[in-house]
Amino acid sequence: MNSCYIHSAVSISAQNSFELEFLELFEISGKNVEAIAPNYKEYISPMVLRRMATGVKMGVAAASKALQNANIDKPNAILTGTGMGCIEDTEKFLNSIIANDEEFLTPTSFIQSTHNTVGAQIALGLQCKAYNNTYVHGALSFESALLDGLLMVQNEETKNVLVGGVDELGTEFVDYVRMLEDQNPNGIKVPIGEGASFFVLSSEKKHNVVELLGIKTSSKLSIHSLQNELIAFLSHHHLKPDSIDVLILGNNGDSFDDYYDEASKAFPQETINLSYKQFCGEFYTASAFGLFLGCEILKSQQIPETLLQHKAQKTSLKTILLYNQFKGRDHSFILLRQC
Amino acid sequence: MPNIEKNKARKGVAITGIGIISAIGNTLEENRISLLSSQSGIGDVTQIKTKQASQIKVGEVKLTNDELIDQLNLPKDNNFTRTALLGLVAAKEAVKNSGISIDASIETGFISATSVGGMDKTEIHLKDFPSKRETQKYVSSHHAGDSTQKIADALGINGFVTTISTACSSAANAIMLGARMITSGQLDRVIVGGTDALSKFTINGFKTLMILSDDVCTPFDEDRKGLNLGEAAAYLVLESDEMTKNKNVLAYLTGYGNANDAFHQTASSETGEGAFLAMQKALQIADLKSSDINYVNAHGTATPNNDLSESMALTRIFGEPMPDFSSTKSFTGHTLAAAGAIEAVFSVMALQEQTVWPNLNFRTKIEETGLEPTSVLKTKNIQNVLSNSFGFGGNCSTLIFSKR
Repeated sequence: MNSCYIHSAVSISAQNSFELEFLELFEISGKNVEAIAPNYKEYISPMVLRRMATGVKMGVAAASKALQNANIDKPNAILTGTGMGCIEDTEKFLNSIIANDEEFLTPTSFIQSTHNTVGAQIALGLQCKAYNNTYVHGALSFESALLDGLLMVQNEETKNVLVGGVDELGTEFVDYVRMLEDQNPNGIKVPIGEGASFFVLSSEKKHNVVELLGIKTSSKLSIHSLQNELIAFLSHHHLKPDSIDVLILGNNGDSFDDYYDEASKAFPQETINLSYKQFCGEFYTASAFGLFLGCEILKSQQIPETLLQHKAQKTSLKTILLYNQFKGRDHSFILLRQC
Repeated sequence: MPNIEKNKARKGVAITGIGIISAIGNTLEENRISLLSSQSGIGDVTQIKTKQASQIKVGEVKLTNDELIDQLNLPKDNNFTRTALLGLVAAKEAVKNSGISIDASIETGFISATSVGGMDKTEIHLKDFPSKRETQKYVSSHHAGDSTQKIADALGINGFVTTISTACSSAANAIMLGARMITSGQLDRVIVGGTDALSKFTINGFKTLMILSDDVCTPFDEDRKGLNLGEAAAYLVLESDEMTKNKNVLAYLTGYGNANDAFHQTASSETGEGAFLAMQKALQIADLKSSDINYVNAHGTATPNNDLSESMALTRIFGEPMPDFSSTKSFTGHTLAAAGAIEAVFSVMALQEQTVWPNLNFRTKIEETGLEPTSVLKTKNIQNVLSNSFGFGGNCSTLIFSKR
């Protein structure tokens, strides 16, 4: 089995994550928060750009930069995860069906509403004929793509795989989701967000890259079995809770944050607990932003102050575990190591 | 694509169960009988209110949502979309057909495919969501993973569960991932397939592309006018070789390949490059020569573009003599994300029955290619079946099923 290294990590989010060399985070507020748009023209030709919805733009730009940073022209696979897919164009086409009573429709928004549009546009732009797949499984969409990529690098002799997660806010459906969360006293408290985070996985070891040790997803886990599952996952990778320097958690303020409290009890006091959705918002592929943070922390050996929130900085940051879930289901563990 | 040739110790992938619901039957046996009697399921729209009704033909499942809910014994206040209902019927049948019991002793995975997820409910209730409480349960059922979660929960599958959506090749990619999870030793058992319900969204979408036929579709015919949409669900139980001792193995999944045409968001390239590469990869993985293929279950949507492009790719792979090939979309309509699973089940049945399914409604060869599909039921020795599924975004997938 080959080892799997992350050669680049690029994120478009509600933070200045795309441009800045060193990450400074600020808390976001509001019902829904848009991602900060980079200068797309540097990555996408104006002709093509005009027709692209937000998610496609974010995905193509983040993917391009991730490939550039890893010095790769064409990856051996393009794997994308998206929870809500191309919701902007979906809403556009659906609303024109409703408004015009199934008449005078044009195909553009329908064509672009397909869930695999981002992966397809990346392939088209690169003229990349390699394996191309899109995962659409709620809060495990990105994780499924990452798992496929890891499988390819570790078990199937694949050299370079482009993996990403992308979701856009859209303009209507998101309001209904927000409304239902706000009606529920135990609902999600952080804003609903959007973003695209892309990574190049590779079998090649290089200087100052992060190793992706493993990932495990579970459709359902009881809170009582969570600690055992975490410990079993770590021991599968020959690690114990005290070897984890940083635990990155997906808290979003809803009542299911209990799972994160329970998870952190499996680790000693010295383990630094971080949560990130107050910076990027909650969305089905928000955990890809979490992975981006994990990579940045291991590479820079620094945790941004706003993320650390007065906890003591550690001198050496070697191993990070990410844990995410959504509404008590779709659990994922991701294990990273500095190398 | 996985290069697993180096991995000599890879496990074989056995198919131990199949389940299906489609326009030609609500059960495996009904589907088998329709295929054996060349009985198409394509007709008028009855389940959906659409202005396009008089201008299209579709392959509908002949059960209403209420009938499906009754059959599945679901509580009245359920928020199952039709996508989830169809999926659960077929997945339950696959489990029953294989005789497995899903419990903690062996981790069972579940990989499903869908194109528009819960759209069949969203398109009815979208404007009621803000004000009508009783409709709000369908907000959370919109996303594409919802039907998969519901089916996994109903089957008692709690571990590895995911959903794939690459338009019309989705289920083929779900089956391929399942096979790779087994060959790499990640799982010993996984249920794979796909489900898609008809929706106004999809009907109007394909209408704007002007690729819907107003009559029954005629795949690979010179005068083909476009496709008939369909709805269906099908699942296969995949198990590693060592799980299948003393078990009835229906067939083996021996080859799989995916490639991207990288030509256009919706159209296929003239040379069928993506399709060619996908078939080539699948043959490599299966370690078969093209002449080992006895039957090709083609993508064959009956659109002018697909059938020409696929014919070019078939010619490039097989040359002369062309093996028997047919499109069973003339029976079921194009069931989009489910198509790869429907046609996987039909491929397994072709191996079981040693029969080539007919390409219905064929009259005239396409002038450019001169290829003639097998248009009547044909019994012969079949060892290997190759099945194609191609989707928007240039997504091309091929699966190979073998008797071994």
